[in-house]
Amino acid sequence: MELSQAYTSLLSDMGHTIPLILIVLTGLVIVLLDAFKPRHVSIPYLTALVLAVALGLEIQTIGSQGGTAYYELIRVGGMAAYVNAVILTSGLLSVILMKPYLERIDHNIGEAYALLLFSITGMMVLGSANSLVTIFVGLETMSICLYIMTALIRSHKGAIESALKYFLLGAFSTGFFLYGIALLYGATGTMMLPEMRGAVAVSDSDTMFWAGLALLLVGFMFKVGAAPFHMWTPDVYQGAATPITGFMSTASKTAAFASLILVLYYAVPAETWNGVIAILALITMIVGNVIAISQTNLKRMLAYSSIAHAGYVLVGLSAGTGAGYSGALYYMLVYTFMNIGAFGVIAFMEFDGKEGSEQRLDSLAGIGYKKPVLSVCMIFFMFSLAGFPPFGGFFGKIAVFAPAIDAGFIWLAIVGVLTSAVSAYYYLRVLVVFFMKQPDGVYDFDASPVPFSATAVIVLCAGVILVLGVAPSIMEVTMSFFSSSITTTAAVLP
Amino acid sequence: MEMTLNWYLTLSSVLFITGTLGFLFRRNIIVMLMSIELMLNAVNLTLVALSQAAADTAGQILVFFVIAVAAAEAAVGLAIVIAVFRGRQTIDISKIKSFRY
Repeated sequence: MELSQAYTSLLSDMGHTIPLILIVLTGLVIVLLDAFKPRHVSIPYLTALVLAVALGLEIQTIGSQGGTAYYELIRVGGMAAYVNAVILTSGLLSVILMKPYLERIDHNIGEAYALLLFSITGMMVLGSANSLVTIFVGLETMSICLYIMTALIRSHKGAIESALKYFLLGAFSTGFFLYGIALLYGATGTMMLPEMRGAVAVSDSDTMFWAGLALLLVGFMFKVGAAPFHMWTPDVYQGAATPITGFMSTASKTAAFASLILVLYYAVPAETWNGVIAILALITMIVGNVIAISQTNLKRMLAYSSIAHAGYVLVGLSAGTGAGYSGALYYMLVYTFMNIGAFGVIAFMEFDGKEGSEQRLDSLAGIGYKKPVLSVCMIFFMFSLAGFPPFGGFFGKIAVFAPAIDAGFIWLAIVGVLTSAVSAYYYLRVLVVFFMKQPDGVYDFDASPVPFSATAVIVLCAGVILVLGVAPSIMEVTMSFFSSSITTTAAVLP
Repeated sequence: MEMTLNWYLTLSSVLFITGTLGFLFRRNIIVMLMSIELMLNAVNLTLVALSQAAADTAGQILVFFVIAVAAAEAAVGLAIVIAVFRGRQTIDISKIKSFRY
């Protein structure tokens, strides 16, 4: 490392991370703006604008060769750009849904947007990390912002309780995660992911290394909400404000999965851990889908469904091949649109005054005729989440199950398909309630029209799911691009 | 008697397990927060010892980040505890359960 050129090198690397820098700076500007002009009208628009600009910049660099910046601490271009683009898409759609929602419950405060930007910063660092130090910093930046965002509605006891559970279990898992990093560092003598791989081969019977990897996996499984570390997910998703739940369930999982992929791909040989991941995927799919059946609250049901979807992504990871990883990344793209859309729809169907945390699914009987546009979009989201063919979710599932079958996990793919069939029951029940049931009482429906911007976002999500479903060539382009880009960057970095 | 690397690793693992058990078995949220701090500091000890043994600075750099993160976590955690206490007049974790299956 040549330090005499440090400043020149830092300045030249800044050109590769403009989106990240833009987002941090805008976050700081919003904190200042909100301090002097509370709830200033420009804050949501500024947030959306900077997210859109950053998204455009990242999409432009997806095609470029992946590389590293800042003395190999983070990765840029290629896969990193794709992951960042998914995270930014999730953030942008969430901001547009958040504004009318927070205005309705009179909580349109500037912190919400600043915290969203800071958590996106953490996610982008986490999803493009090339060193264990970067992973830790990104993970904690993301998590601490999310703890606060969960507790945004301070007057609501449920939201505070969700934040408390999220915080306690999150900080606890951080301890394990960090101990894992320390032991991996001790066993390999380096924090850089690509350098670790070389160090593993010489010490493959090293207890310290395997204990470290196990602890690190525990930390990751907690962050992606995989069973048996999923206990926080239902409570947190149920208590937080609905558009923020949509954001948390998509962007933070994308970032954590991307980071897990980087660790598994660069740092450790696949044949040693993929059995463990396969078993975790099995438990996660069964737990998520089976418990979701008995839920009466829509947000809690979607929380268990998101646990199940983490299981499907883990099926892709268990293959331990480039195809499995690219399938997982493709799945996260589809999942982002499906879940933001679904949470967006239910965000505008709440009338319990507690952000939907106590509202029963039955109380939405017949709402399909009162809010037709949102309800029709819900058909798209539910069918796609269940994995029916004309929608993106179907090809997403193929993309993660096929590599697992190639890697010999046929039993895992069978269980995946069976649990998907189970999931169709609770997804389609939502549609039955929406369209085919009569309300059994008089409910105080919020008759005010849904804002145009929110409707547009939800319709856009539905449209993208359909496009991802009827034009699978998009998937092939994405997948071939990803499997090739990962391999080539692996060759560049020893 | 010479202090070898294993002494530090043993001490830090004992501290880490103490913190874990404290988190799992104490019901007072403040004590649980203290247990988490103990876990993080046990890891700091591991990192510094391993870093010194390997004559590499990366571990000690991470320790600085951990200290900063622990401070941020404590600030956010105590803020949440205060919000919980205002609403319920209790910080006993077993009495805070409004979500049901």
